[in-house]
Amino acid sequence: MIDYAIPQTPPPARSPLVWPLAGIGLLVVLNVIINPAFLKITTLDGHLYGMPIDILNQGSRAMLLALGMTLVIATGGIDLAVGSLMAVAGSTAALLLVNHGVSLPVAMIAAIGVTMLGGLCSGLMVSWLGLQPIVATLIMMTAGRGVAQKLTNSEVIVVQNPAFEYLGNGFFVGLPFSILVVAVFYFAAYFFLRRTAAGLFVEAVGDNETAARFAGLATSRVKGLVYVFSGLCAGAAGLLAASNIRAADPYKAGEMMELDAIFAVVVGGTALTGGRFLIAGAFVGALLLQTLTTTMYVIGVKPSVAPVPKALLIIVVCLMQSEKTRAWLRGLFRRKAS
Amino acid sequence: MKTSLIRRSLACFGLAFATVLTAQAQKKITVGFAQTGAESAWRTANTNSMKNEAEKRGIVLKFADGQSKQENQIRAVRSFVTQRVDAIVIAPIVETGWDNVLREAKRAKIPVIVMDRKIQTSDESLYTCFIGSDFYEEGRMAADWLAKNAGGKTKIVELQGEPGSAAANERRKAFGDAIAKHPQFTIIDSQSGNFRRSQGKEVMEAFIKKHGRDIEIVYAHNDDMALGAIQAIEEAGLKPGQDILIVSIDAIKEAVQAVADGKISVTVECNPLFGPKVYDTIERILRGEQVERVSYNQDELFDSTNAAARVGSREY
Repeated sequence: MIDYAIPQTPPPARSPLVWPLAGIGLLVVLNVIINPAFLKITTLDGHLYGMPIDILNQGSRAMLLALGMTLVIATGGIDLAVGSLMAVAGSTAALLLVNHGVSLPVAMIAAIGVTMLGGLCSGLMVSWLGLQPIVATLIMMTAGRGVAQKLTNSEVIVVQNPAFEYLGNGFFVGLPFSILVVAVFYFAAYFFLRRTAAGLFVEAVGDNETAARFAGLATSRVKGLVYVFSGLCAGAAGLLAASNIRAADPYKAGEMMELDAIFAVVVGGTALTGGRFLIAGAFVGALLLQTLTTTMYVIGVKPSVAPVPKALLIIVVCLMQSEKTRAWLRGLFRRKAS
Repeated sequence: MKTSLIRRSLACFGLAFATVLTAQAQKKITVGFAQTGAESAWRTANTNSMKNEAEKRGIVLKFADGQSKQENQIRAVRSFVTQRVDAIVIAPIVETGWDNVLREAKRAKIPVIVMDRKIQTSDESLYTCFIGSDFYEEGRMAADWLAKNAGGKTKIVELQGEPGSAAANERRKAFGDAIAKHPQFTIIDSQSGNFRRSQGKEVMEAFIKKHGRDIEIVYAHNDDMALGAIQAIEEAGLKPGQDILIVSIDAIKEAVQAVADGKISVTVECNPLFGPKVYDTIERILRGEQVERVSYNQDELFDSTNAAARVGSREY
């Protein structure tokens, strides 16, 4: 007899979103204590105005990146190129708008097309050449930064185009336009992944690629396509970033943003090992990160020690998500109780 | 196989010998320049200044891009020593770890000029001189301008540069020291915007929500952050330059234009055009003259009196 026992991981008792949401709650309470006006939202020139609105607007880029990153991580990969691709998108759009006088929709489509092409390159390197995702996307990260600098001739391009500025600064029925873009992306991704079999394909590839291939899944196509989607998200984020500051900065746009995106995904309950993923988790993770950043400004943490509270919060949230820590904590409390 | 290897190495030696001979025949000065990389517009302007000035003077410039890694720079300097260049210019990425390679240069009797940022060595004789930007003086000039022209405004918020960088440290310290002499001024808040436009805007948005109309002056450690802050101020319905004065450092072209437009009150130059001064110094060293151990590039100040006239001629 062969034992066919399937190794079973117990389903998490609570949603992994509980902890990051608790973190956001804690930060909001802390903020309100220090600055009671924190949650105050007023209207200015017919749109909402206040700290929470800023958090949503400034967090929108990381939210978009995290969405693309979620799918890449779900297939067991990682995409380090998103920050550089943001710079490529901003540079492409700015170059076309300012130096070539192209209309805005064409410039936007071109910018996102270029970043999707960049994503496709990563995807081909991973699925076709069989490179490690971290290596393949590292290549794209370096190359992307180079392309952005080449495009802009190593200069910051200032964009003075009211329609372009609207993307990252404008308001639609009172809400920042950027957060509406995020909402559209998340809902589209949710319906595509959860209302069709696409989400299952992604999870299957991440869980066990060989088994998925034997089950008749075009695993390499799935693996390649998630990077293209990540490139799409990075392109949109890059346009928002450039629009927000009305300039395309080839050096600093999106710098280190890939790490923020990875953090958001992990805190949101998607494991780096791949497999099961949570779309809402990426949103909550990115929101937590931005709330934390803004909180530091409000509290007035010294810049030289600012990374410390950030690191602490990340460690705590990650620890609380680990089954082992929770079991250990439960054991601790039970022993005390008895 | 063996013979071919010997033959090949002989050929290589021959070629190298020929190169040395022709190089000496021309009697041109050869300078090796280990640049940090291409991380900002300031740096690009700096690189171009070094390249263009070398061309103008007929100096052979061997340029090495460090790509933000010290090991690349050390490798570059080592190869300059092997190539027997006449002088080496280093724009160090980090302060420490230069002793060994500088000792090699000293043994080969090649003068080394440290540019832009300082280094720490166990033996000060390892490099010939330092030419840099005086970040402290820049901060002091900004504060002095404010003391004369603030017009009754006193409450300052500070947008700091990257924590730990010499530029941010010195500009903060100098401004703090100079402001301390004028008790009417207070710095009510200070946060890092990492020298980035996006973060300058983000921090300023938070400051405006936190302090409201209390903010009267913004002191930004570079122009990028100041330009970001201007956008945050405008989006909050305030007027930069009138409701809130903006004091900044670097004097990039865009900021000088903003001074001319009345949005930034003053910007102190941090001149990246090191080429003329560096090659002057090298030529003096090679003639055997004594040069100053530490010298600084001259910086100017741009406010409403001279910005409009000068914005057209800014190179970066």
